[in-house]
Amino acid sequence: MNTFLNVIIILSIIIVALSMLGMVYRMIKGPSLHDKVVALDAFGVLLMAMIALVAMQLHTTYLLVVILLIGILAFIATIAFAKFLERGVIIDNDRDYND
Amino acid sequence: MTLIHLAIILPVLAAVVVRIIYKYYRRLHLGWFVLPVPLIIVIYLMTFIPRVSNNEVVYETMHFMPRIGMNFDVYIDGLGLLFAILISGIGALVVLYSIGYLSREEHLGNFYVYLLIFMTAMLGVVLNDNVIMLYLFWELTSISSFLLIAFWHTRERSLYGAQKSMLITMFGGFMMLGGFLLLQNITGTASIRGMLESVALIQESPLTPFAIVLILLGAFTKSAQFPFYVWLPDAMEAPTPVSAYLHSATMVKAGIYLVARLTPLFAFSETWVWIILLGGLITMTWASFNAISKDDLKAVLAFSTVSQLGLIMSLLGLGALSVLTGANEAHFSVAVVAAVFHLINHATFKGALFMLTGIVDHEAGTRSLRKLGGLLTVMPISFTLTVITALSMAGLPPFNGFLSKELFLEAMIDVREADFGSLASVSFIFPLLAIVGSIFTFVYSILLIYGVFFGKRTYDTPKEPHEAPALMLISPIFLSVLVLLFGFFPNILSGTIIDPAAMSIMASDTPLGTHLYMWHGFNNPALWATVAVVIIGALLFYFKDKWTFIYDYHKERFTLNHLYDQGLIYSRLGSHKVTDSYMSGFLRSYLAYIFLFFIIMGALTFLNTGIQLDFSNLAPVGIQEIIVAIIILVSLAVILATKSRLVSIIMLGAIGFAMSLFFVFFRSADLALTQLAIETVTTALFLVCFYHLPKRSRHEERVRFKMTNFLIAVGVGVMAILLGLSAYSNRLFDSISQFHIDNVYELAAGGNMVNVILVDFRGFDTLFETLVFGIAGVGIYGLMKLRLNRKDEQDETHAKKD
Repeated sequence: MNTFLNVIIILSIIIVALSMLGMVYRMIKGPSLHDKVVALDAFGVLLMAMIALVAMQLHTTYLLVVILLIGILAFIATIAFAKFLERGVIIDNDRDYND
Repeated sequence: MTLIHLAIILPVLAAVVVRIIYKYYRRLHLGWFVLPVPLIIVIYLMTFIPRVSNNEVVYETMHFMPRIGMNFDVYIDGLGLLFAILISGIGALVVLYSIGYLSREEHLGNFYVYLLIFMTAMLGVVLNDNVIMLYLFWELTSISSFLLIAFWHTRERSLYGAQKSMLITMFGGFMMLGGFLLLQNITGTASIRGMLESVALIQESPLTPFAIVLILLGAFTKSAQFPFYVWLPDAMEAPTPVSAYLHSATMVKAGIYLVARLTPLFAFSETWVWIILLGGLITMTWASFNAISKDDLKAVLAFSTVSQLGLIMSLLGLGALSVLTGANEAHFSVAVVAAVFHLINHATFKGALFMLTGIVDHEAGTRSLRKLGGLLTVMPISFTLTVITALSMAGLPPFNGFLSKELFLEAMIDVREADFGSLASVSFIFPLLAIVGSIFTFVYSILLIYGVFFGKRTYDTPKEPHEAPALMLISPIFLSVLVLLFGFFPNILSGTIIDPAAMSIMASDTPLGTHLYMWHGFNNPALWATVAVVIIGALLFYFKDKWTFIYDYHKERFTLNHLYDQGLIYSRLGSHKVTDSYMSGFLRSYLAYIFLFFIIMGALTFLNTGIQLDFSNLAPVGIQEIIVAIIILVSLAVILATKSRLVSIIMLGAIGFAMSLFFVFFRSADLALTQLAIETVTTALFLVCFYHLPKRSRHEERVRFKMTNFLIAVGVGVMAILLGLSAYSNRLFDSISQFHIDNVYELAAGGNMVNVILVDFRGFDTLFETLVFGIAGVGIYGLMKLRLNRKDEQDETHAKKD
């Protein structure tokens, strides 16, 4: 049973890693900047998956915090990029705008 | 601390008092308060004469820095006492003279403080037994002389002269320190008397020639010998009392003193003898030749001083030569006696001449020989004194200069009898140079008298000339009386001062019993040499207009002054050029230097020690690690190759996330957490920076390929990999982490080992890293908020909008 699980985990890790490579390809190639940002976001999600798999492989629970953190960070980063692409700024200072 | 130490330090102590007096009490000329100091010292020193004439020496020691052999050892023998009396005696006369010379509008406080410091320094030089301490006082003379030359510091020429003398004498002083340290190394002691006991060590040591050359550099620069005499004529910008005191009687004789003091140590060496003898003779002839062409009275006297110092130096060399060639003792003692005697005579007549020049300058307003003339009837006392002293300088009877010049010529003529070996055929050069030098000395001495006091009255002097006040005349009168006294009764000196001094130069214990007398008989060649000097000199002076055209060929371009100036300019230009050649101002060049240094040092280390790479302990590599590594490498390649900065930022983020993945693989959850958070923040900051880039640098541009940068980058990478691998392969001991594993709960009551280390085992690091974050935060806040030139910026932006 354990051997079976191990094989599955390793296979999944390889698959996730390959998809990360794919995301990197998209990040490089992506015709527009938006494609790249989406690729980066997906890269973050894949990262969560990867860490979960590794945590299973290592029989540890300590890495689960990392997964949560990546979830938050990837979200924030994507939002920040999106705002940057749309408005040109990340933290805008509307009240001083007419200064 | 004895009375003698106190006497040496007394002028410096008095300087403090004088400064305070000057601040609060100005009714009386400050010089009157200074005058007792040298008087007390000279009277105190006179009391040593009986003891020293009986060949006793006084030795007092005071610990100063004994660990490095630097003790304040006062040692009074004939030589030291002679110099000390000269220094304090002429010091007293100069102070008296300066009371009349310097008006109360000058910065008298500064003047006397510098002068008193100088007095201590000179006394310290001549009464010292310890070479390191001697060097200390030596440098003090250089510094105080620098201050005195630049006394009128608003004049450009003064500053130039002060800088020049400073550079040259400091150079020599520093070389001399090197020589002293070599000597100390050879003999193991810093005491001159101690060195005398181990002369055998000095004779054997291969370092001795270096020590000789270095010490002679010090002596030659200080005593203005060829080719270092250039500073002395420029030092004439100092007030005349300073010129009289420092640049004729005392400081320039420090080099003479040093040579005389060390003669017993080095007289065996050919280097020593030839440098001193030939250096002195060349200096004497060259300077006396040049003195004639000068127009300024003080310049004439400056060159004359150089020439006379060369004479004394060559006599000392002659004394040493007799030791070297094993000629009979008599020549040795005659030359040394002549040197000592002329030293005294020169101090008397040159001091007086400088003071008289100062009087002429003070009363007529100019020192130019072209403007002066016919002052005979206006200034009769000055005229009489000038005649006495200048004729003494020229070497005419019945003045004291005649006696020492006679001894000099005699010694120079006799030297041909010494055993020169292969050089016998050129030995005629010594009397020849000596006689030529004497002829020119005669000519400029007469020129000095004639140019100022005879001839037509010119009436184009800035002031209406009249006789000087008595206050200024006392000192030159006193010195002229001495000139006459030593001329008629030279033997009052010979037993008391000259013999002990000559004996300490020769380091002998047998009394010399020198007897000086004016008439040597007709069969003395020196007499005929003097006659020849007078006749040829008189002819040269009479037909002066016919031959002085040769000075026109001596163009400015070929002088040593020009060489010095050009040397200064080119050393400045050269260092500019060298600095400019590598300090380009571009950060990239400096980074290239740093990285190149890293590569070269690493490569040299590996070449010297050999690389040991051991791959036996490496862990197996899993496929997921390979894939993540590929992700990093690809992102890296993209960063290097991309045109867009935004892509670079994104790829940098990708690398950071991949790195955190590596941390996860290697089971460091805390590191992964931190890495992720930091990576996100950094990427956001990069984006902020990108947004604020000026418009025109936002355009896409590929990083240009540069071969040197590429090579350096590859080199650094390879070197870092090699370092990492070899560090891994060469572990010397086990890691200490077992302690942490064992004690993380036992001692620190924690389960997370990383955090326990951070806050408990190694909490100090964390504290200061927190501090670093705090500083960075405050720094960023300051950079953003504090804009001292904000107004300008706003103006600029407004201007752009318009």
